[in-house]
Amino acid sequence: MKALSNFTKGIIKENPVLVLVLGTCPTLATSTSVINALGMGAAATVVLFFSNILISALRKIIPDKVRIPCYIVLIAGLVTMVQMLVKAFAPALDESLGIYLPLIVVNCIILGRAEMFASKNNVFDSAVDGLGMGVGFTFALFLMATIREIFGNGTFAGIEIPVLIDNHISILTMAPGGFFVFGILIAVMNKFAKYKPKKKNFGCEDCPHNDICSQKEVASND
Amino acid sequence: MTKLIIILLSAVFINNYVLSKFLGICPFLGVSKKLDSATGMSLAVIFVMLMATAATFPIQKYILDPNNLGYLQTIVFILVIASLVQLVEIILKKYIPSLHKSLGVYLPLITTNCAVLGVTILNINENYTFIEAMVNSLGSGLGFFLAMVMFSGVRSTMEGSDIPESFRGLPITLIAASITSLSFMGLGGVIENIFGGV
Repeated sequence: MKALSNFTKGIIKENPVLVLVLGTCPTLATSTSVINALGMGAAATVVLFFSNILISALRKIIPDKVRIPCYIVLIAGLVTMVQMLVKAFAPALDESLGIYLPLIVVNCIILGRAEMFASKNNVFDSAVDGLGMGVGFTFALFLMATIREIFGNGTFAGIEIPVLIDNHISILTMAPGGFFVFGILIAVMNKFAKYKPKKKNFGCEDCPHNDICSQKEVASND
Repeated sequence: MTKLIIILLSAVFINNYVLSKFLGICPFLGVSKKLDSATGMSLAVIFVMLMATAATFPIQKYILDPNNLGYLQTIVFILVIASLVQLVEIILKKYIPSLHKSLGVYLPLITTNCAVLGVTILNINENYTFIEAMVNSLGSGLGFFLAMVMFSGVRSTMEGSDIPESFRGLPITLIAASITSLSFMGLGGVIENIFGGV
């Protein structure tokens, strides 16, 4: 049962994008089309899954003082592997994700899960947690990309939608639309979420911006 | 020379890192509430971007490329940036304490700022020369500065307004960011028109 709740918490209750608001850069940038969003989600999930396993397995060996650099090296290694695999087997995806593929290294979700979960739990739990968070990330990207692609471009995963194709709001696929859709989605989540996650659970303490971040005050006011 | 000006201006206004490439959103949303912290953060980003480009560009051109080690780019760059930031912090603390006092808080955060890693990788991908890469980094840093300062102004105006409950906090900030980003879109094409004949 615990494994199941570890898995599902990442999808809705502690969704890394919509509830914890981590990894906003790739979310905004790659959610212009459904295909891109799924590709980005899959790449990040693979990295998250294996980085959680590796870090959890090495948690007793890595000295506490240098843990962050160690995590970054491990994650960068995994990202490089994923990057090479994508380049070899899905060159079109590599083209459209571009710079955001190597930037998975600095995605706060991955370092955040390493620091908050994998470094304190056993390998199996960490693997499940990584998978759940990855699926949650992919789900949020998919949701945003669906809205942006259907209304912004009049297509869904490249398939044209009859009426909307002639009446698309192309601003939604551009930069301002990304911010806008993301803002509305979080507002909807705020409206319907039955409870607010406790701040402790998603650890503003572990965020590098903790000292000066103003979202912290907002989160604690809720 | 014209090419350098075009690179600089388009990095600041058109391909703005925050508002059109979505790099460095975390500090953009997190640190933009007060003007002084926004300024401090962006000055630190400009500084680190220039340092990081100066360090990673020769590494790529003279160490990785000749030895066919291009695939190590991501690992090498992130390590170089992380250690560089640490080094700069130690040096500043020892020799220029006043500067360390004003930038010090922001420096460690920048390691995980995707704009810095982003600019170093993009400089390589765009096949810039060293000078062009430095100009592009400067422009990107200035663009970040401009976006941060503008947005902190927008947010301070927004402070007293009555916002629907579910929009309070992050959602309204994102929507304000969307409108700020819209204003930057209006600048698209300006640079091409000015330098169009060249």
